[in-house]
Amino acid sequence: MTPQGLPRSTIDSQVMWARLISVVEEQAQALLRTAFGSVVREAGDLSAGVYNVQGEMLAQAVTGTPGHVNTMAMAVSHFLERFPLRSMKPGDVFVTNDPWMGTGHLFDYVMVTPAFRGDQVVAFFASTCHVTDVGGRGFTADANSIYEEGVLIPHMRIRSQDVVNDELLAIIAGNSRNPIEVIGDIRSLISCNDAGIKRFDGMMLEFGLENLDSLSAHILESSTCAMQDAIRAVPDGIYATQMTLDGYETPITLKARLTVDGERAVLDYHGSSGASRYGINSPKCYTDAYSAFGLKCIVAPDVPNNAGSLACFEVQAEPGSCVDPRHPAPVTARHVIGQMLPDIVFGCLAQALPAKVPAESAGSIWVLAMSDLAASGAPRFNVMNVGLGGVGAGPGRDGLSTTAFPSGVGTIPVEVTETESPLIFHRKELLPDSGGPGTQRGGLSQIIEVGHTGSEGFAVSAATWDRLVYPARGRAGGSDGQSGAAYLGSGTRLEGKQTHRVPAGDTLVVELPGGGGFGDPKERTPEEIEADLEAGYVTAAGAEKAYRGA
Amino acid sequence: MVKPTCRIAVDIGGTFTDVVLWCGTRQTTLKILTTADAPERGVIDGVRQVLDEAGRSAAEVQLLIHGTTLATNALIERKGAKTALLTSQGFRDILEMGYEKRFAHYDLNATRAAPLVPRSLRFTVPERVAADGRTVTPLDEQAVRSAVDEMVQAGVQAVAVGFLHAFAHPAHEQAAGAVISDRLPDATVCLSSDVCPEMREYERFSTTCANAYVRPLMSGYLSRLQALLKGEGFECPLYLMMSSGGLTTIDQAIRYPVRLIESGPAGGAIMTAELAVGRGMNKALAFDMGGTTAKICLIDDGEPDRSPAFEVARVYRDMKGSGLPVRIPVIDMVEIGAGGGSIARLDAMKRISVGPDSAGSTPGPVAYGLGGTAPTVTDADLVLGKLNPDRFAGGRIALDADSAKGSLRQVIGEPLDLSDHWPAAGVSEIVEENMANAARVHAVERGKTVSDYTMVAFGGAAPLHAARLAEKLGMHRVVVPPGAGVGSAIGFLQAPVAFQVVRSLRLVLDGVDLEALNAMLAQMSDEVSGVVAAATDDEELLEHRQVELRYLGQGHELAIPLPAHALDPSSLNDLRASFEAVYQRVYGLIMSDSPVECVSWSVTCATRTAPAERIDPPRRQRQVQSERLRPIYDAGAGTMVEAVLFGLDELAAGDWLQGPALVEEDETATFIPSYWTAVLDDGQALVLERRPAHGRGETL
Repeated sequence: MTPQGLPRSTIDSQVMWARLISVVEEQAQALLRTAFGSVVREAGDLSAGVYNVQGEMLAQAVTGTPGHVNTMAMAVSHFLERFPLRSMKPGDVFVTNDPWMGTGHLFDYVMVTPAFRGDQVVAFFASTCHVTDVGGRGFTADANSIYEEGVLIPHMRIRSQDVVNDELLAIIAGNSRNPIEVIGDIRSLISCNDAGIKRFDGMMLEFGLENLDSLSAHILESSTCAMQDAIRAVPDGIYATQMTLDGYETPITLKARLTVDGERAVLDYHGSSGASRYGINSPKCYTDAYSAFGLKCIVAPDVPNNAGSLACFEVQAEPGSCVDPRHPAPVTARHVIGQMLPDIVFGCLAQALPAKVPAESAGSIWVLAMSDLAASGAPRFNVMNVGLGGVGAGPGRDGLSTTAFPSGVGTIPVEVTETESPLIFHRKELLPDSGGPGTQRGGLSQIIEVGHTGSEGFAVSAATWDRLVYPARGRAGGSDGQSGAAYLGSGTRLEGKQTHRVPAGDTLVVELPGGGGFGDPKERTPEEIEADLEAGYVTAAGAEKAYRGA
Repeated sequence: MVKPTCRIAVDIGGTFTDVVLWCGTRQTTLKILTTADAPERGVIDGVRQVLDEAGRSAAEVQLLIHGTTLATNALIERKGAKTALLTSQGFRDILEMGYEKRFAHYDLNATRAAPLVPRSLRFTVPERVAADGRTVTPLDEQAVRSAVDEMVQAGVQAVAVGFLHAFAHPAHEQAAGAVISDRLPDATVCLSSDVCPEMREYERFSTTCANAYVRPLMSGYLSRLQALLKGEGFECPLYLMMSSGGLTTIDQAIRYPVRLIESGPAGGAIMTAELAVGRGMNKALAFDMGGTTAKICLIDDGEPDRSPAFEVARVYRDMKGSGLPVRIPVIDMVEIGAGGGSIARLDAMKRISVGPDSAGSTPGPVAYGLGGTAPTVTDADLVLGKLNPDRFAGGRIALDADSAKGSLRQVIGEPLDLSDHWPAAGVSEIVEENMANAARVHAVERGKTVSDYTMVAFGGAAPLHAARLAEKLGMHRVVVPPGAGVGSAIGFLQAPVAFQVVRSLRLVLDGVDLEALNAMLAQMSDEVSGVVAAATDDEELLEHRQVELRYLGQGHELAIPLPAHALDPSSLNDLRASFEAVYQRVYGLIMSDSPVECVSWSVTCATRTAPAERIDPPRRQRQVQSERLRPIYDAGAGTMVEAVLFGLDELAAGDWLQGPALVEEDETATFIPSYWTAVLDDGQALVLERRPAHGRGETL
């Protein structure tokens, strides 16, 4: 016989777990709806989560992007090292944008709010979003140290017992090119945590909870077990691979060695290139985040992301390397390396699970950070748009076209950007033949052409543009996706990473990288090739070359 | 105008076609199976049957109101017209690229909804207008003609035209539309500037293509139906229910068939609103739970929440972003995959999950004995004692409790080490929790607190779960209306004739050109009142205007009412004040340094509907008892309880009873848990009330 209390508590803990996920989703929605920066509100560059008093993440919002969520998984514990629980008071909110202890670059402000039951802290709510401007050189990779990249806010209170730290806000506003937007976003972060806590208080009361200890143990244990089971299903072994990226001053080599031993997986980046002199380095927290994301997509997509499931996977890197740069290395465009890491994890896992792992994707999203040429005296503007390439094909499916992977952000409508700036898009269209040929074709990328409506030129940062030289590679006999390209409408080629001037009367053209193909192109069915031709995803010449062995 | 004495409403759903006839104060209802191959046949059969039953003739009917899922199904099943899109050169793929976003982070196999217009049917022509309305490239009409030639070759039946910035500057679209109509006189032509004059190209094009895609089908269906009805002797007008909860004429329905999507659930919200007004409930939550999904809608002061957009034909139910966006005025509701047929299972963490997939009517729940093997919510309800195995669906389907219990034990009980009724209790709790979470998030997204509301429960499965859902949401009162099974069709009879237009026009509040703005609002007002007046005799018309406001730089707006007359400088000050009051309430702060921006403007015109029937608060006159008992699981108490059984037809107004109890009727049953009472009010609604601070699920 089952004792009377037991089945009830089994059901209760399941219900409370579901509730906790819904609470953080409310928190993320509140942020999405009040945020000012278009990269947050249109593209969804944000995240929200809830933590136990040890700083372990219990649940994350569905809304958000993996680079934020998995980095934020560790962020709360860094606050706890500096501010003991007993020093925290109701109404306190803590903040930092420290790239190494937050989410990888100065643009992301992490806001942590303790939730109380009486005078005891029982949980933490954290949120983060990309804040468009924090001083420094703006969204470029040109800086040689963090000091040039903007203002770093060390861990501190931004609100003490409900009193907002106006001095800190004044410092932030005083260092921003767009103070109203930045302060608005910071206030939105604070208030979304409050929204989460309000709902959380109701849940504690409803279930008569004094603390989260047993619920937290239940969530973390169940998730750990599920993740361990998933890793155990991967054949034991050591799987090594490497990948070359364009880099900034010199190509970057990423080397990875995945050791799967029973229920543990360890990824070692030993041998990868040293840190770049420019801001494309991925702080270890960001490296951890996207490495774990890659593993989880393949082995355990359904296991919830929390401290329990993340703990089963260890990432090692050499201090001072591009995947573990040390202060004061520049890191603004850290996703150039960070967003390539799921692909390198896939490269390892493909050896263990060949039937489950897709080809490489465009990876790093191309941020199109466009602004006026400050000297010209023309109207000022500063807009961030994103260019998205193709996703790698996988077993049984073509890759998605013009979709971010692994990032979770989306595009910004042309009409929105054109209304907020004097820019005009001449083209934003799928790029035929850009998807890597294969039994399954890689996702297509796009071509974007932008000019100025007036008689001025503009500046564009190429900080995050990669795969112009080294394309997304195919898998299992599939061919590579097409490399990216950037040039002026008048013909001049542009290189990745630097900041470029688009002269008056000229235009900027970018061709994003396509996704890699999966499986031998000769195995693609004639019907699929015909359908691609009819839609124009593939040109006649492209099909001839890729599929008919010309 | 003389009030019609006889009116008929017909609601075609996926499984059933519901018909309601009102003649004077008499209500006749009918539920028949939908005839999917020719839905108009079911309509004709249905109206014949109710008229026979009521002893009335077609000629006596003064108004027919119709709502249908035909347009929705055409989009879901991709059975619309062969549609082409003509768009600005350089932007051929906006429709296919969509939000360029994965909606499921970890699912590498997730696919996006395919566009309604494939790439081979998307044509581009040289033309370009800048954001400020300046013509950058004139429209190349010759290129339009060439594109039309290709469309003819391809056998296109419908053409959508979508140019950048046309929402504000429609001249190029209008010129292109004229060229197309000239060369393709029989084809449907829809302009984005007409169907959806709002900013954001993807959503506008998506809406316009959806309209073009369903228009030939809907226009054919509605014309056939109209002819058949004439043949039956109906001389009265036929109105269509729209997703906005308003009625419109056949002509407007044929012009904007995309506005007919999800009109059935809108009827349920209208019914709830009417019921709420009649009973003096300021805040009502409509809870509609059927076989496949549950729908929840908030109604304040008799006005259902509205939204300017929703998503149709999701590839993955419950997954935001997996469908096609449609920007039309809709009654705003959250719909989740939680119905009687929703399938229960364990996930990798051994967590019970329910839905979003449904066993439907074939094979149906295990208990139907029609071959279903996956346990469902209905199976759990049966095991928990909430369903009478001999009286399900009016006794037409016999339920097998043993096999339901067996499947729940096997799928849920054994892996979790739960025995007896506990697996069923777990499934029931989880589906209720899912609905509660969806309701809570839905309310929060709208700045509302769900515990302030009274629940109105209708649809076959809702009254079984309503009280527990109310407990979870901290609600104290549940109303189960009479005729709950055909609630949506009843709503059709209560809806006004209405029409709305929306325009994007971005202005910073401090620098508004009042003259231009007032001219635009007056023009919009003329347009909507023209549409409504054409459909009515000289009834009194009500106009409602509103503007969507936000702080400059934000991406989401709050809707603020506008006076229905020309604006002056003081109205602008009032607007900022109203906006900040709502913003403070929703988000807990205001940003007094930030300018406020107006984003879009809407004008709605509607007929004044008959005042709701006033129903006094229920009076407890006689406590009723019953000898019949059945063990039922009471989740609030956390245990099985002995519940008293009643038939709804045994109760008279003023009768009240103490939970735990079950009140059965043909299409559903209402469960009244311990600590709850129920009383039948003068309007034949069962009103459930909870003693304060009792039962788990107390939320503040």
